[in-house]
Amino acid sequence: MTKREEFEAAAAQQILIKDGPYGTAIQRARLSPEDYAAGTDLEQEQKGNNDLVNLTQPDVIRGICDSYIDAGAHILATNTFNANRISQADYGAEHLVHEINVAAARIIRAAIDACDDGVPRFVAGAVGPTNKTLSLSPDVEDPGFREVTFDEIVEVYREQCLALIEGGADFILVETVFDTLNCKAAIMAVKQLESELDRDIPLMISLTLTDLSGRNLSGHTVEAFWYTVRHARPLTIGLNCSFGAEQLRPHVQLLSDIADTWLMAYPNAGLPNDLGEYDELPETTAALTRIWAQNGRVNALGGCCGSTPEHVAAMAAAMKGLAPRVLPTVAPDMRLAGLEPFSVAA
Amino acid sequence: MNDRTTARFVNIGERTNVTGSARFKKLIMADDYETAVEVARDQVENGAQVIDVNMDEGLLDAEKAMTTFLKLIAAEPDIARVPVMIDSSKWSVIEAGLKCVSGKPIVNSISMKEGEDAFLGHARKCMAYGAAVVVMAFDETGQADTKERKVEICARAYDLLTGIGFPPEDIIFDPNIFAVATGIEEHDRYGLDFIEAVEEIKARCPHAKTSGGLSNLSFSFRGNETVRRAMHSVFLFHAIPAGLDMAIVNAGQLDVYDQIDPQLREACEDVILMRRDDATERLIELAESYKGKSAADEKAAEEWRGWDVRRRLEHALVKGIDAHVVADTEEARQQFDRPIEVIEGPLMDGMNVVGDLFGSGKMFLPQVVKSARVMKKAVAHLIPFIEAEKEEGARAKGKIVMATVKGDVHDIGKNIVGVVLQCNGYEVIDLGVMVPWSRILEAANENDADMIGLSGLITPSLDEMVTVAEEMKAANMTMPLLIGGATTSKVHTALRIDPAYPGPVIHVLDASRAVGVASRLLSDTQRDGFVDETATEYAKVREAREGKAQSVLLTLDEARANYFDAYLSDKAAPPLQPGLHRFGNWALADLRDYIDWTPFFRAWELHGTYPKILDDEVVGETARQLKADADAMLDRIIGEKWLTAKGVVGFWPCARDGDDVTIHDAEGETHTVLPFLRQQVKKSRDRANMCLADFIDPAGDWIGGFAVGIHGIEEHSKRFLADKDDYSDILLKALADRFAEAFAERLHQHVRTDLWGYAPQEQLTNEALIKEEYRGIRPAPGYPACPDHSLKPILFGLLDAQAQTGISLTENFAMYPTSAVSGFYFGHPEAEYFGVARIGRDQLEDYAARRGVDIATAERWLRPNLD
Repeated sequence: MTKREEFEAAAAQQILIKDGPYGTAIQRARLSPEDYAAGTDLEQEQKGNNDLVNLTQPDVIRGICDSYIDAGAHILATNTFNANRISQADYGAEHLVHEINVAAARIIRAAIDACDDGVPRFVAGAVGPTNKTLSLSPDVEDPGFREVTFDEIVEVYREQCLALIEGGADFILVETVFDTLNCKAAIMAVKQLESELDRDIPLMISLTLTDLSGRNLSGHTVEAFWYTVRHARPLTIGLNCSFGAEQLRPHVQLLSDIADTWLMAYPNAGLPNDLGEYDELPETTAALTRIWAQNGRVNALGGCCGSTPEHVAAMAAAMKGLAPRVLPTVAPDMRLAGLEPFSVAA
Repeated sequence: MNDRTTARFVNIGERTNVTGSARFKKLIMADDYETAVEVARDQVENGAQVIDVNMDEGLLDAEKAMTTFLKLIAAEPDIARVPVMIDSSKWSVIEAGLKCVSGKPIVNSISMKEGEDAFLGHARKCMAYGAAVVVMAFDETGQADTKERKVEICARAYDLLTGIGFPPEDIIFDPNIFAVATGIEEHDRYGLDFIEAVEEIKARCPHAKTSGGLSNLSFSFRGNETVRRAMHSVFLFHAIPAGLDMAIVNAGQLDVYDQIDPQLREACEDVILMRRDDATERLIELAESYKGKSAADEKAAEEWRGWDVRRRLEHALVKGIDAHVVADTEEARQQFDRPIEVIEGPLMDGMNVVGDLFGSGKMFLPQVVKSARVMKKAVAHLIPFIEAEKEEGARAKGKIVMATVKGDVHDIGKNIVGVVLQCNGYEVIDLGVMVPWSRILEAANENDADMIGLSGLITPSLDEMVTVAEEMKAANMTMPLLIGGATTSKVHTALRIDPAYPGPVIHVLDASRAVGVASRLLSDTQRDGFVDETATEYAKVREAREGKAQSVLLTLDEARANYFDAYLSDKAAPPLQPGLHRFGNWALADLRDYIDWTPFFRAWELHGTYPKILDDEVVGETARQLKADADAMLDRIIGEKWLTAKGVVGFWPCARDGDDVTIHDAEGETHTVLPFLRQQVKKSRDRANMCLADFIDPAGDWIGGFAVGIHGIEEHSKRFLADKDDYSDILLKALADRFAEAFAERLHQHVRTDLWGYAPQEQLTNEALIKEEYRGIRPAPGYPACPDHSLKPILFGLLDAQAQTGISLTENFAMYPTSAVSGFYFGHPEAEYFGVARIGRDQLEDYAARRGVDIATAERWLRPNLD
């Protein structure tokens, strides 16, 4: 069975659990700047370069991964949100992109392979949005200006995805999509790799919303976004980050009705408090997401900003015995999109 | 299925196509992308559900033009909301476009022209980019012309595409619409072949769509819009039921099938469906009679063009239709012995109907102004004949000399009153704006006027009106003096102007009262009664004023002790971008969204809040028509760049010093003092006696200033007036005023979020902006919180406003161009608008000293606050 088939078989049986974030977990390890940069010859200070930790402190990453496995996660993402050439350039570490991603995937792969318990688990190679947008001009005076080109972003993603696959990732998870065109470039990169490597590379795509009305930064509604990325035939589509489970609910519901593929959602642990900290209790997150599950809205659930292994464990416990979402049948309309969706009836 | 985003038939906008639109091509060739973007916006607003973008022009770098344009429209949410159709015959242009479009677009087009490999290669790319695709019915041997070829090629393409996994619902076949009625026999079947092919393709290729470019069909009737539109509508009427899903059309230019002239409709049908051998000849013959006529005229003609000429003229006047008025007037002239009788007879009768309808509230100002336009055109036609007969002009009901007084440039209200009076048979001698008293008196004497009408908007004009009244007295005149304008009032007229002139002085509240006032003043029977009545009324106002226990004033010291104690630690941080910021040409399209429409309707004496006014039981229909006319003019103002919005903003370090705000220019080591006025009326409970200076920290703070102006109306105004089109002239001026206010609003927002930057996260709707739900205020000199217009020269000096924006000040501090706004920015969160209202003698003297002028001057400037 291919990994795609394995995932589909598991998802048809139960609501799968995705892990939580790495950033806050790495902070808890209280690494010094030297720990971050250990064994590299990087000139800039590396504290805060969480992706480099895959390479310099693999045990820390392995420990976090194990804590999520213990919490009951099936989908384990690599700690590679910023492990791309554009983001690493901020640390002068862009030449290490390949190594970081290979190492990151290998750590998760090894952690999963170490548990021989018959539970289905998958390595999701996480790909972030980079810090450049293809849809928006950073210069208000010149709305036609773009900092990067589509082809450049495709190449940035291609490099990262290739390394993740090489390190043993089962899927590519394009997450926290705030610019839809960046996501299309990521899809293009994976399509190119599929033809170069002559193999199937299942995609997981996860949108992030920037306002409560349900649009991402580039202005696309949830529905328009789905029609825009549907050609990727992703294994999962979904939403992450954005807000807490409470605010994300209507958008998950909408997507659940229209997307004829598996749905994965991983909200933040509530909204940040006055100090910018997330203080939603694991039971609260679990209770809120349980409602989605009871209504048949999700196939996979996990945590984003502010979530801990306790949150993941609470969600896993709350999903026990609940049936996964059944994929909807959608009419074969032509589905186009600007910032808003537009369909032509079949 | 029936939600608003699922369509049964799709209109694809065709105007952003250099091969189809000469105007768009010109804009792109001239690198005028800003206006080109507006073309896209217009299409979406006109109902295009997808916009086709084509840059295939030999002299253009099509790849660059395509990507530039697509990136620019991506920044316009009201355009980018709809999907794009990337249209090019060159694959490289299409692919460049695909890299810029963030939604799911349509590629137009690919075909098997260069064989299966190239075709499938392009199709795979479209799949990878996530695009639907138009497939032209074109193969290695050429374009499909017959039904059989169309079906055969599309079926082959369908099988190839689905064979590589291309989603069938993302395939759109274009089986080629060709021109019919060309006179060439082989072309006769083209329409029918297309329609029949669509039906078969849809049956043969499940889920695939069909499309076509409609304008080809009627190619042989170029220049005959009526026939072309009819052909297009008839074609769609038959092609849509056959399965046509979309067409590239000019969305604004389709007729309703049922409303096409039945004879023309049948002739089109005969051609398209090939129902008769002589169909082409018959349509060509019929088409002759439609040349140069628009469909709308045709329709209107049916209803009233058959009436007798008197009724036609009345109808044209009441409905404000000027299309046939010259011909009708000429027809009437030939029926009468003398041309003057046409004016005194049917035209005046028609205007009397208008006057009655207006007087009884059944017609509204915008319609009356349109009626006036028709009347003026009719009269203009007759004047040469009247002069040829050396005949005395028509005896008008009366002659009125009108002027906006010296130092003031505002004339919308005066123009409206002038038009209304003319509509009612009065002769109006309009002296324009900034007219000194000497010219007003001269014109009144020369023309043997029956009365004088004065207008003004700014407060110093009130004093100027007193001057005119005093001079009329000195000249021993006795004719009535009418006073109007936004700043005038019955109280001011009674208190200041009436005592200055022994003749009748009447305040006219709005244009709808002007006719009543004028007719009574000129009536033998009513005049004396009306004059006495008004004089008595004004005397009462004066008595009431004298005897009235006026609101109690505090002494200036007491008022200062009760100052507004702002929480100074909340003051705004220093500006992110201090200094001067000049904006030489702010996009009008951007300002359009910031227009506050309520005052626009008020200018036309339609009272109510926008948008509710559009559904008002009484004035709703008029308001909707006016809004539609305004929108149409806005489209032209923006599209054709009639106007230029110029503005300047500045921020300066300052401190409060008593009721002054002192601005420190560190470099020049100079201080500029802005003296402000304090409320002196005794307040109830614990409310403060406010002064703008209270919002400034004595220990150091920042203040801002701005001036914005809308340039360029003169040329168009002149054109309208030459065309006797007061309606468009007033509309343009009213819109220019709205643009100035919108610019002030928009700029204030830019200041809050960016330039000063104390509210970077602000996200407010236009409605919320109009309700001022933001932090900080922008009081303008001459308005209640800061009533002294004379602060404008100081503000203009700080901003270098004349050099930066081309706005100048008259001697009475009116801004020119008229559509201009200037004011100060206060950033304190507790800053709010208030009215200074009445002040005491002590503050007047104190202010004169602080402002550095003598008391008499200060008295003149602050007159409205002293009574």
